[in-house]
Amino acid sequence: MNKTVRLWVLGVGCAGVALLFVGAFRRLPEFGGSHHPYGARAVAAALHRHTANVVSSVNFDQRSFDTLGEQAILFGAVLGTVVVLRQARDERRVPPEPAVVAPTVRRYALVSLPLTLLVGLYVVAHGQLSPGGGFQGGLVVATALHLLYVAVDYRALERLRPVPVFALADAFGDVAYLLLGLAGLFAGASFLANVLPLGTFNTLASGGLVPLLNAAIGIEVASAAVVLLAQFLDQALELVPREGEHR
Amino acid sequence: MNLLPFLCAGWLFLVGCYALATSRNLIHAVGALAVCQSSTYVLLLAVGYRSGGTAPVFSDVPPGARPVVDPVVQALTLTDVVVGATVTALLLALVVQIAKRHGTVDPDELRELRG
Repeated sequence: MNKTVRLWVLGVGCAGVALLFVGAFRRLPEFGGSHHPYGARAVAAALHRHTANVVSSVNFDQRSFDTLGEQAILFGAVLGTVVVLRQARDERRVPPEPAVVAPTVRRYALVSLPLTLLVGLYVVAHGQLSPGGGFQGGLVVATALHLLYVAVDYRALERLRPVPVFALADAFGDVAYLLLGLAGLFAGASFLANVLPLGTFNTLASGGLVPLLNAAIGIEVASAAVVLLAQFLDQALELVPREGEHR
Repeated sequence: MNLLPFLCAGWLFLVGCYALATSRNLIHAVGALAVCQSSTYVLLLAVGYRSGGTAPVFSDVPPGARPVVDPVVQALTLTDVVVGATVTALLLALVVQIAKRHGTVDPDELRELRG
């Protein structure tokens, strides 16, 4: 298929989809309307379970089984990336070169590293109260670690970040989520049921299972991001083709 | 009736599709796919919006004091973002391997199968 034909097919397809979109959008409930039956019920359920952040309540209480699938996707994607980006037979590993970093960059990154780490842990721990949670906070924590690469160089990051440990932590977070779900079964309720004491509304220990599931997800997301980035950084900085071999 | 937010989501999706179909670089194609996916964030948030609504978080707003936007679609959007990020990572890993094995990231040059 040449380029013109391809563009025509694309144009016809896009026009058809656009027409269907407009037709469908006209039948949607009014934008900004006050009729949100699911939202109203989710808010009521979250307040009933003493969880101030309704989005966390939806993700880790009302729909926690779906979040199990979501984190399985994350785990699977990280596993896939590790397999795809493994060291091939015609590649060898070279130790990364020490790098020169501008003093301003170094100072700024070294100051913001502990701050970022603290913010990440805060966001994970307060997932049931304020916007945030395990997914968001976990990524912030992983970012904090990589500030070390910005501030010093890749060798410093490698010393602080043993990939096998983080791979284990990734699996640990995954298993912790499952085990917390099984706790519901042992308490005589259903899988992933929120059976813990609900605590006082708007305090750190409220929401029952929600903060614990948030912590499990936080561990998993932080270590998944570290493992994932390690694969890409290794590709860029450490793995080179063996000499004399044609690829 | 205000269709603009929904049309914006549809436009984002089609722009992403156009970029995906005419892409000359696989990294660019992965970015285009991310644009397609971001249309679903706009659509979900538009469906859940409520005039004058605030975030569905009651740590500093007493329950019932103000209308809140729909938290269910916000949670779905979070799921969407996470899945989008992981898919992007996996696709970029594949692009790295394709670049190494075939020496090109132009999809038009990747026609024949190679062992």
